[in-house]
Amino acid sequence: MIDIFDIMGPIMVGPSSSHTAGAVRIGRMARTLLGDTPVKAAIHLHGSFATTGVGHGTDKALVAGLLGMPPDDLDIPLSFDIAAEKGLKFTFDEIDLRDAHPNSVRMELTGENSRRLSIQACSTGGGRILVTRLDGIHVSFTGDYHTLIIENMDNRGNLADVTTALALAGVNVANMSMNRSSKGGNAMMIIETDDPVPDYIVQLIERQPGILQVIHYRRES
Amino acid sequence: MNLDSMSDILSAARQEGKAFWEIVLETDMKNRGVSRMDSLHKMAEAWHAMREASQVYTGERRSVSGLVGGQGKLMRDYASEKTPIGGDFVAQVIAEALSMGESNACMRRIVAAPTAGACGVLPAVLIPLYWQDNLTEEQMLEALFTASGIGAVIAYRACISGAAGGCQAEIGSASAMAAGALVYLRKGTETQMCHAVAMALKNLLGLVCDPVAGLVEVPCVKRNVIGAVNAITAADMALAGIESCIPVDEVIDAMGEVGRRLPVEFRETALGGLAATPTGKAVKKNLHGGRKKRTLTIKDARWKLEKSESGEVVLSAPGAT
Repeated sequence: MIDIFDIMGPIMVGPSSSHTAGAVRIGRMARTLLGDTPVKAAIHLHGSFATTGVGHGTDKALVAGLLGMPPDDLDIPLSFDIAAEKGLKFTFDEIDLRDAHPNSVRMELTGENSRRLSIQACSTGGGRILVTRLDGIHVSFTGDYHTLIIENMDNRGNLADVTTALALAGVNVANMSMNRSSKGGNAMMIIETDDPVPDYIVQLIERQPGILQVIHYRRES
Repeated sequence: MNLDSMSDILSAARQEGKAFWEIVLETDMKNRGVSRMDSLHKMAEAWHAMREASQVYTGERRSVSGLVGGQGKLMRDYASEKTPIGGDFVAQVIAEALSMGESNACMRRIVAAPTAGACGVLPAVLIPLYWQDNLTEEQMLEALFTASGIGAVIAYRACISGAAGGCQAEIGSASAMAAGALVYLRKGTETQMCHAVAMALKNLLGLVCDPVAGLVEVPCVKRNVIGAVNAITAADMALAGIESCIPVDEVIDAMGEVGRRLPVEFRETALGGLAATPTGKAVKKNLHGGRKKRTLTIKDARWKLEKSESGEVVLSAPGAT
């Protein structure tokens, strides 16, 4: 079903919904998933992001997103200066990601509390995005829903614990997936929900054995 | 109500004794689970963002590539100082379309409607008409819901991105949305509104997306002008009682078909049309020249990368221009 505000919108800083607004949203999503204020970012541009990115301000847009700016922030063109002020160091280079969407980027981030994240995402058009890899594990989510991103050990019963907690809170799951790096290695649960997950449920899930990290992304209207 | 057919929305509107725009509003309320006020408020934000973008335009900015900037100002000055061939209203429409397209290219805030590249078409016709006809804000929101419904049907049946269907899908769709909004604001019938949408889209059928150097600048900014002016002509024809021989939903389907069959060179890849002209290629080469030189620096110690005051990395090299 088409959202009419994808037709009459988004309200954004130009010039391109895919190369600019989408890039801001990827940066912003990466900041949320890092769960920390980024101080270092190695940004690798793929495909059309690499070839026409500078002309579309994709580079400035990604940095603006990492600084937490929304896609209609008039400071997006000044993001490099603001990053310098706020102590975010970044580098750009080109990368050839196999079988990736033409508007893709991979970033390695470090936060001020030493948290680290490797994220790959693409801009799929109209300002929409898709996160495709987190710390090397295949994932697939858009940020169109409230989303739980749960890193866990590849143990029996983890998934049941999580879904039980959600059921207790009366949260309806819209979509979910689980992928692992290798058998017995780390796994990533992605759970998209219609309602936001209450904080106490997030904390409850965090305390379950085998759960390494829980991040709750709240949908932006 | 699925917004997937103009004729279905029209018959639902007739059955329920409501206006076309009301059906679109109610669909949004249901889809997003929001109140009538919330939906109206969100549309008001879009309208205010369009007006603000127009008000803050000065014409002083230039795009990243330097290809675009100042054209809207030239047209505004011409409209106020000379006697434009198409009259004052059309001159204002042209100036508004250029200003908005330019603002987009220069990283200012705009409303993608339906896309960022086509962001100038709707405000270009709506803002001048708002002043000329002394319209109310309520009427403008209703017109924007009308336009959104039209855009949603086009997105469902055909496409609204240059990469999927060429420029006809971006400027063509924006023009069709604007034509429908104009007929609504001039109190035409909903049948006339459909004819206006059909005629606007028909007249831009086949338009290719061939952006020079892949940037949303040339010819995109000026194509916003033809989208806006085309919307006025289609709306005036419909209001005069002129009808489209091909029904609106069939025209939209035809646009989708033409889009799918457009060679990939004409779908935003910058491999054909104006982008592939000698001048278009030269522009691209100049833009990307800097990128290649940067790679050279690693191998050649005489090349230096320096950080400018604005924080941008600049290349300095012996004999570099």
